[in-house]
Amino acid sequence: MKHLLTTQGLSKDDAILLLDTSAQMAATQSRENKKLPTLRGRTVVNLFYEDSTRTRISFETAAKRLSADVINFSAKGSSVSKGESLKDTALTLHAMGADAVVVRHSASGAAHQLAHAGWLDAGVLNAGDGMHQHPTQALLDAFTIRRHLVGNVGDDGRGPDSSVGADLAGLRIAIVGDVLHSRVARSNVYLLHTLGAEVTLVAPPTLVPVGVETWPCRVSYHLDETLEQWQPDAVMMLRVQRERMSGGSGAFFPSPMEYSRKFGFDARRLAVLPDHAIVMHPGPMNRGLEISAAAADHPRSVIVEQVANGVAVRMAALYLLLAGDDSTGSTSSNTGSTSTDERIAL
Amino acid sequence: MSSTPSSTTYVLRGVRPYGTDPVDVVLSDGVIAAIGAPGTIEAGEGQGAGAVVREIQAEGHVLLPGLVDLHTHLREPGREDAETVFSGTRAAAAGGFTAVHAMANTTPTQDTAGVVEQVYRLGQEAGWVDVHPIGAVTVGLGGEKLAELGAMADSAARVRVFSDDGKCVHDPVLMRRALEYVKAFDGVVAQHAQEPRLTEGAQMNEGVVSAQIGLTGWPAVAEESIIARDVLLAEHVGSRLHVCHLSTAGSVEIVRWAKGRGINVTAEVTPHHLVLTDDLARDYDPVFKVNPPLRTAKDVEAVREGLADGTIDIVATDHAPHPVEDKDCEWASAAFGMTGLETALSVVQQTMVDTGRMTWADVARVLSENPARIGRISATQGRPIAVGEPANLTLVDPAATRAIDGRTQVTASDNTPFQGMELPGRVVATFLRGRATVLDGAVVDGPGNGTGADGKTLEGAAR
Repeated sequence: MKHLLTTQGLSKDDAILLLDTSAQMAATQSRENKKLPTLRGRTVVNLFYEDSTRTRISFETAAKRLSADVINFSAKGSSVSKGESLKDTALTLHAMGADAVVVRHSASGAAHQLAHAGWLDAGVLNAGDGMHQHPTQALLDAFTIRRHLVGNVGDDGRGPDSSVGADLAGLRIAIVGDVLHSRVARSNVYLLHTLGAEVTLVAPPTLVPVGVETWPCRVSYHLDETLEQWQPDAVMMLRVQRERMSGGSGAFFPSPMEYSRKFGFDARRLAVLPDHAIVMHPGPMNRGLEISAAAADHPRSVIVEQVANGVAVRMAALYLLLAGDDSTGSTSSNTGSTSTDERIAL
Repeated sequence: MSSTPSSTTYVLRGVRPYGTDPVDVVLSDGVIAAIGAPGTIEAGEGQGAGAVVREIQAEGHVLLPGLVDLHTHLREPGREDAETVFSGTRAAAAGGFTAVHAMANTTPTQDTAGVVEQVYRLGQEAGWVDVHPIGAVTVGLGGEKLAELGAMADSAARVRVFSDDGKCVHDPVLMRRALEYVKAFDGVVAQHAQEPRLTEGAQMNEGVVSAQIGLTGWPAVAEESIIARDVLLAEHVGSRLHVCHLSTAGSVEIVRWAKGRGINVTAEVTPHHLVLTDDLARDYDPVFKVNPPLRTAKDVEAVREGLADGTIDIVATDHAPHPVEDKDCEWASAAFGMTGLETALSVVQQTMVDTGRMTWADVARVLSENPARIGRISATQGRPIAVGEPANLTLVDPAATRAIDGRTQVTASDNTPFQGMELPGRVVATFLRGRATVLDGAVVDGPGNGTGADGKTLEGAAR
């Protein structure tokens, strides 16, 4: 894997490799010394054109736990705010010898262009591009689902994870909310489908994109009906951006109250689900809008664990991009037959 | 126009007018002087002693009336970094054109007699093709107040086509007034059909591809709803309407319906909408970003059918040059538009002639005669190939193929969506009133071309 740009087209084998590697990374994170020497001497640039505290910190933590040098490049206070183009920034990073670039950008396709426009030869990791994709979020979601619903790690998420090598066959996942503008939804639909899960998108019709019919999922306009009749194993709530409601005649739904009534997730709706079902949210949450505090803080909620798993998944992605088929880095003493597991355990 | 007739007599040997049987054609004193069976015309026949006679062996080449573009962005004044009147008209000549209509979205806008006369004069000085400025419908393309349409019509530029292209005249009352007002001087409103509220932030065709790649959609209905409204307005006030660059199957249906009702509407399609689809956006290369956006394969088929059956009257390039930096960036930040002057004829040949859907006579109709008629320049352009007619002609080698490379195009801009593609057909020669602007497939930088009225070479943007 040279880049991780999208989950669309990611093979099932690669997806499972990413999840299994994440599990190994997660296992190292319960040690007293969480730091691995794997990416020593490598430089990872976090190139963030959009505000994102949690994703940036998650990537930074992941890279540092792998001993990479991390440079944070945010649009604020850099030459980006002076109008430097993406191209010039890429050429600069190239000149500085970045090995991997983690990019978050408001323009769909920015990560793809960084990877393919010939400006840069570093590995590119998409940390969210416009309304397009956010592959590590989908991977951490899939990882969290697999641990809980296949690996049976228990309610506290701390039990032994027996799901290594497994896919998500037969699981039902409902993704609820602003699908139209959501890169998280797009990434999850393709990844979860590839892993064998069934996905239903639930949203008011105004927040479902025209053209959704080719996506490997179903679409429902009714949350209660979906929860009661389809009985999902996991419910993933999407953030509703407040500016989507204030567009006057262009608003996507009549009022926050109506949205909350019809699409908000609360304890009442949680009670309809099977006992093993989990509640997810990529964050940041609008408590009281798409999810109530009671649901967000419920024992069935894995929202905080998603954040923790994010570090392991991003360690895995960085590892597979930078050290997966490496011959010069810190893993060079390993022979070709060395397993991923052994290399990580260095 | 200002240029004097060429002093050279050209004898075109074995050319096929409109793709029909071969003849020899003599161009002299700016007109077609003689047409005869091959070999029946002596070189220099009827010419005085000392006349320069040049023979062009052109067996098998197709002779067309000089092409007329109703939709060209020459960018001057204001964006001379993208194109100038000189560089754009030189590219037009290379593409086989003898006249272009220069769109109004310059800076300052072509919304006064002064600016349209400036563009007109720059065109005359360049001398590559006849430049007919298009006047803005509203002041500054602002969509709020009619520009002085009458003053532009009465100016030296004699404007007959009015358009806010790039912006839609979306206010229905303003559109009605414009349609009515231009009747006084036989003008036409050329509408860029784009409902603005339905296309806020729009980046590409709304559909399967936009849903997957996460770019804001530009729905077909935003084009179709404006065209439907405008044909009804044109019917109500008895005016002439031209629809710029229609791009969807639904738009073709609406225009077909309107023509069936006898509404005085004409429509154009661009070369790129005849061949390219929105699938090309998947790699986020902004060279494929254009307005209206590339549509689906179904739409491509519909516009081809519409062009073949006459629902769509013309092919117009919407030639939209941009500097590299406006395309070498994120899709959402990139400019809309593609160059087209030098590839238009090849695309029409590939999609319509080589597929058997149109003849070369049809090509002359959609790329010369009809656009000249719509632009009300039929007295000089889009004329029949006949003795005594102005020698505005294009000679095409339909058997040639060429690899398209934006960097070697004559236009000052590199942005072509056909980069690296092989396209059929090659413009071998272009004649503007008997003067060769292109010979042997290359633009002729010489007397008359690229020179002002005083004979000095202009400081142009020839690359």
